[in-house]
Amino acid sequence: MAIIVKFFASLREEVGKSEVQMETPDSLTVAQVWAQVCDNAPLPAHVLMAVNMEYANQDAPVKNGDEVAFFPPVTGG
Amino acid sequence: MRVEVTSNEFSPWEQLQAYEKTLIARHGLGAVATFVGTMRDYNEGERVQAMFLEHYPGMTEKYLHSLSETALQRWDILDTLIIHRVGEMQPGDTIVLVAAWAGHRAPAFEACRFLIEELKFKAPFWKRETRNYGVRWVEKNTI
Repeated sequence: MAIIVKFFASLREEVGKSEVQMETPDSLTVAQVWAQVCDNAPLPAHVLMAVNMEYANQDAPVKNGDEVAFFPPVTGG
Repeated sequence: MRVEVTSNEFSPWEQLQAYEKTLIARHGLGAVATFVGTMRDYNEGERVQAMFLEHYPGMTEKYLHSLSETALQRWDILDTLIIHRVGEMQPGDTIVLVAAWAGHRAPAFEACRFLIEELKFKAPFWKRETRNYGVRWVEKNTI
């Protein structure tokens, strides 16, 4: 299945990637997507996650065509 | 209800006036509560010269729309407006405008407070400051 993975703000700079398209034969959770894209680096506790632009937790399932995003705590307003 | 994320400088006062003129649900209108957030020229005791605001195009707008829907369901209000700046900005620039129109002040104040607090702690925006000694991402919001 094909997934789009996005990183934002300081996390994008730390990971060194903005957007990645990944192909995988397996069904994955959000945490497993992180592990595959970030070479099995541990998922930092403060990182927020979204699937298809809705907040999700690390155990959420990811389907074919989904967009998964990882980003640091938000600081708008 | 209106939500806008813009890279253009805006006047919150002009936006409020313009939006209030378009309100369809004017019957029973008796109050508007507003919050305007402005870029400070210091943070944590240091001078801030400029700021860059990043967002997640698509998710940010979606989140602000759902927040507005929640406010409209939860309180007896007539309409809401959220405008948030992104991109490069200077001290004194307006970062955010939130407004809630209602028949009476209590729901207007409560809905306005709800919108800005939820926006600050959950809407996907990130600030990067340029200070005298370099550039840094803001790690968390103040209360």
